[in-house]
Amino acid sequence: MRDELSRSGKGQAMEEYNFAYLDEQTKRMIRRALLKGMAVPGYQVPFASREMPMPYGWGTGGVQVSAAVMVPEDCFKVIDQGADDTTNAVSIRRFFERTAGVAVTERTGEATVIQTRHRIPEQPLEEGQILVYQVPIPEPLRFLEPSEVETRKMHALEEYGLMHVKLYEDIARHGEISTSYAYPVKVEGRYVMDPSPIPKFDNPKLRMAAIQLFGAGREQRIYALPPWCEVVSLDFEDYPFQASRADHDCDLCGAEGSYLDEVITDDAGGRMFVCSDTDFCAGRRDAGHLGRLGATEDVA
Amino acid sequence: MKDIAVTEPLLRVEGLSKSYGRRIGCENVGFDLWPGEVMGIVGESGSGKTTLLNCLAGHLAPDTGRVLFDTDAGMVDTVTMSEPARRMLGRTDWAFVHQHAQDGLRMNVSAGGNVGERLMAVGARHYRDIREKAVDWLDRVEIAEDRMDDRPTAFSGGMRQRLQIARNLVTGPRLVFMDEPTGGLDVSVQARLLDLLRGLVREMGLSAIIVTHDLAVVRLLADRLMVMKSGQVVETGLTDQVLDDPQHGYTQLLVSSVLQV
Ligand SMILES: [Zn+2]
Repeated sequence: MRDELSRSGKGQAMEEYNFAYLDEQTKRMIRRALLKGMAVPGYQVPFASREMPMPYGWGTGGVQVSAAVMVPEDCFKVIDQGADDTTNAVSIRRFFERTAGVAVTERTGEATVIQTRHRIPEQPLEEGQILVYQVPIPEPLRFLEPSEVETRKMHALEEYGLMHVKLYEDIARHGEISTSYAYPVKVEGRYVMDPSPIPKFDNPKLRMAAIQLFGAGREQRIYALPPWCEVVSLDFEDYPFQASRADHDCDLCGAEGSYLDEVITDDAGGRMFVCSDTDFCAGRRDAGHLGRLGATEDVA
Repeated sequence: MKDIAVTEPLLRVEGLSKSYGRRIGCENVGFDLWPGEVMGIVGESGSGKTTLLNCLAGHLAPDTGRVLFDTDAGMVDTVTMSEPARRMLGRTDWAFVHQHAQDGLRMNVSAGGNVGERLMAVGARHYRDIREKAVDWLDRVEIAEDRMDDRPTAFSGGMRQRLQIARNLVTGPRLVFMDEPTGGLDVSVQARLLDLLRGLVREMGLSAIIVTHDLAVVRLLADRLMVMKSGQVVETGLTDQVLDDPQHGYTQLLVSSVLQV
């Protein structure tokens, strides 16, 4: 490990790295964890997380998963809150460009592996694609039960009443289920899972054609959803789950059903609502769709 | 309360022993608890009464002995039953009231959520139903409805203990274990809690095993007594009999208040 890290110093030729940075043995170990995760959807598989040449908050869990599944023919995309152009997304994309020499893209449809933080792309993913999530806290029960020994037992024995206590507290305090990110789901009628901090808007998309892999670096956990696996958002009979809906259309592309970010446009309180998925928004504008401000604003 | 003519005890304890290395926790304890009966276990600290309670409730694994509980499948040994089954029992037919309320409550969850947890743990998924039951149970333990969304951290010691009792009784358990339920509370608060407990025991026909060093507690609540000393049961009998006419020398000392804990 020391050895590898010392080689990450500047001026060293990238050719000294193994394909996608991680050594083959580590990749095999991660792949075994991924296969176990695919076999037991929603179950958190422990794995020996490696140090990566980036800080934990940068998605080292996701990076290790991407490295383990990547092949030279892959086309790689990274999104951070839906955007391809944030510092985090750009540096992870560069990391694999350099260590694996894979093609990169911003187009959802072209990518074979998409690493994401906080969003699922608007464009439905297809069979053959892999969506890799960066996960900060994989344990959905952690909020009310700090003991790791106890939460593991709760998963093993399917004791999930506590998850509803959290939703109960939400309603008692806010009059509705106010959890809007990392909204807990039950997978294939068995494991309760934290879908990572995606907005609950994205929860219905969790049942999809692509493979979904979740990596938590600091917490050393991997979990997975095979294609079309059943994912149900938890709720009460009289407070059913509702995916949030925006009150606006996208101001740039006019999309009605996409997840929007609010952007402050000037000091005078001007603001606009735009798709958080930058590729989706650009694609719509390329196809001639225009929103309220689409004609005047030129957003790269 | 199932049948009028009860032929099987609710709980049958046989040859229960637990030691910690050379030190004896409790030794060869056996008794029957009948439906609707409240059994008091008294003794000084170190007498083994708490070890015994924890073995009975499945919190500690005894070295030997059986703890048979009346289930749908007849008398089942809860010592050898699977952990999932025992944990299920712990949130359905059994309840456990801890001496320190914070050990039996979730301090970061509202009073209503604390009471509702046991309901949700056994599958309740209707918010308003859960809330209605919580209101009802908070009322039974004299906690006003307008406090139900407050966390127990905002409650007094007596209120916390009453909340813990409501949380335990909401699912209608058939057997309640209590570990010094009035311990650590002010005398006036103790009296109120005792009255409340007595009312609930009578009203619900609760079966309970109460461990305490406080003879006033068992005088008020227990039908029968077991007196423990150094891990052994030294005397058993009807509460009034044992307290008014103690036979064993140690019980006589306890009753005469020579031994104060
Ligand atoms: Zn848009």
